[in-house]
Amino acid sequence: MELSLEKWSGAVSTVSIGASKEEGGTRSAVLKVGGQKTPPYLFAEGQIPHRPQIAFEVWDIAPVDWPQELFKPYQDIIKDPLSWAQKCVTDYGAKSLCVRLMAAHPDFGDRTPQQEAGFIRDLLKKVGVPLIIMGCGDDTKDNLVLPACCEAARGERCLVGSAMQDNYKTLVAAALADGHNIIAESPIDINIAKQLNILISDMGLALERIVINPTIGSLGYGLEYAYSIMERARLAALAGDRMMSSPFICFVGQESWRAKEAKAPASEFPGWGLEAERGILWEAITATALIQAGADILVMRHPKAIEKIEKYINSLMGD
Amino acid sequence: MFIIGELINGMYKNIGRAIKDKDKAVIQKCALEQVKAGADALDINCGPVSRDPVSDIQWLINAIQEVTDKPLALDSSKPAVIESGLKVLKARAIINSTTADPEKLEILVPLAKKYNAKLIGLTISSKGIPQNKDQRLELAAAIVANCSDAGFPREDLYLDPIVMPVNVAQAQMCEILEAIREFKIISDPAPRSIVGLSNVSQGTCVRSLINRTFLTMAAAFGLDAAILDPLDQELMDAAITSDLIMNKNIYCDSYLDAYRKK
Repeated sequence: MELSLEKWSGAVSTVSIGASKEEGGTRSAVLKVGGQKTPPYLFAEGQIPHRPQIAFEVWDIAPVDWPQELFKPYQDIIKDPLSWAQKCVTDYGAKSLCVRLMAAHPDFGDRTPQQEAGFIRDLLKKVGVPLIIMGCGDDTKDNLVLPACCEAARGERCLVGSAMQDNYKTLVAAALADGHNIIAESPIDINIAKQLNILISDMGLALERIVINPTIGSLGYGLEYAYSIMERARLAALAGDRMMSSPFICFVGQESWRAKEAKAPASEFPGWGLEAERGILWEAITATALIQAGADILVMRHPKAIEKIEKYINSLMGD
Repeated sequence: MFIIGELINGMYKNIGRAIKDKDKAVIQKCALEQVKAGADALDINCGPVSRDPVSDIQWLINAIQEVTDKPLALDSSKPAVIESGLKVLKARAIINSTTADPEKLEILVPLAKKYNAKLIGLTISSKGIPQNKDQRLELAAAIVANCSDAGFPREDLYLDPIVMPVNVAQAQMCEILEAIREFKIISDPAPRSIVGLSNVSQGTCVRSLINRTFLTMAAAFGLDAAILDPLDQELMDAAITSDLIMNKNIYCDSYLDAYRKK
């Protein structure tokens, strides 16, 4: 029987993260994501030129609320962010890092934009992989910190976030000035995701420099809702809607390790299995589902979950 | 909805004069205005005053493709004029049009196939204009059958039910709308549907309103494409919004702008 194949007129845009020496940066490699001309992994319907990429999440300050199991692989160096970042690269083979500037948050360290810019400069010297730079989540502070960090990383073509519908102009201007890509974040809302891409591109940032954070829920916490949003956006992109054609970034680690099932101690729920495995599996399962939904960049936390997902991506891509 | 701009037609005074004087600037301006307004393709017709349409159509195409690479609909009842245009057109062509008459189909379907052009098939024949839905479907089936036999891809065929002016053939409006819906069940893959919209309001005193009301209703019956005046902003807004209601585009607050920028 002959397969009934769809024809797709559109494509996901290709975003390059990191700039090599020849391109004016200092990164040892350039990550390319997107470019698909087919729904996820339907190789017979179109090209999938780039594999999904995993970014290790690191913070600029030791996290206070990470569960014990997640803390363990990093415990000897977690108070030294530069060593933490380096360990991800040298010990775990990270191909990119997502650094969250939590210490800038007024409630955590309230570090100044200059301090954070200095940290980014040091980090760029310490590791050669492409960087994703995330603010602390406090809009007012991020609007001061992120432009300073964009400038500190000028020419390195980082991916910087997040731009949101009610707070995007400052970050877009900084990304434009210093040659970075941007994360456009919408609250599990496809209409806002599209609108935000229009607003950002109206400011002059090319669509090839935008990555959508559709906002996800982990397994058991709205995963299927996020999945359906991503699926619909991707189908629109493939049908030719350029404003929906950005690759996706999914904060898998952050959402998975918030789940009670991932972090509850075995003493409280003896029937739920070993703590040493549960959180890792929660993160890995959430990631596999989102890869099937079309995720292009997965920001993850536990090295063992990442190892599983690397293997899964290899098998999907036939490597 | 696939929008074909109708304004480059020699029957309009400014275009007729530009063709006569070989004034490229007028043609190019008209082309760009329509593209900016959201047209996906442009219809070109030398009009009744052209003494030498075989050569004029090439001049028009060359003038237009200097400024846009949008597909062009070569609009003539004479196959020789269409073939002349196909020879110089770089973008994808839309042949506008064949009738259901075998002698027309035998020339134009192979021509469309040879040049990888889309083809508009009018549900009309030398016997006259169809008077109801069934006559339209019968003529449509004849066109589809000819295309199938010739190996012409049916998804590149656009069937036109022949839109009559509402003040001439009011009773036919519902027949036309039903025909648009039923074109889809003639074959699988289904042919597409198209209307020459402006005819519906010919001779009336509220042309824009009638045009956009008919277009919106036809969209609900599954219309795929229309030849219309894209500079009528309310008409284009209605077409874009129809796509939204038919779930062909994802809503966002700036959906009208987003469509025009696509």
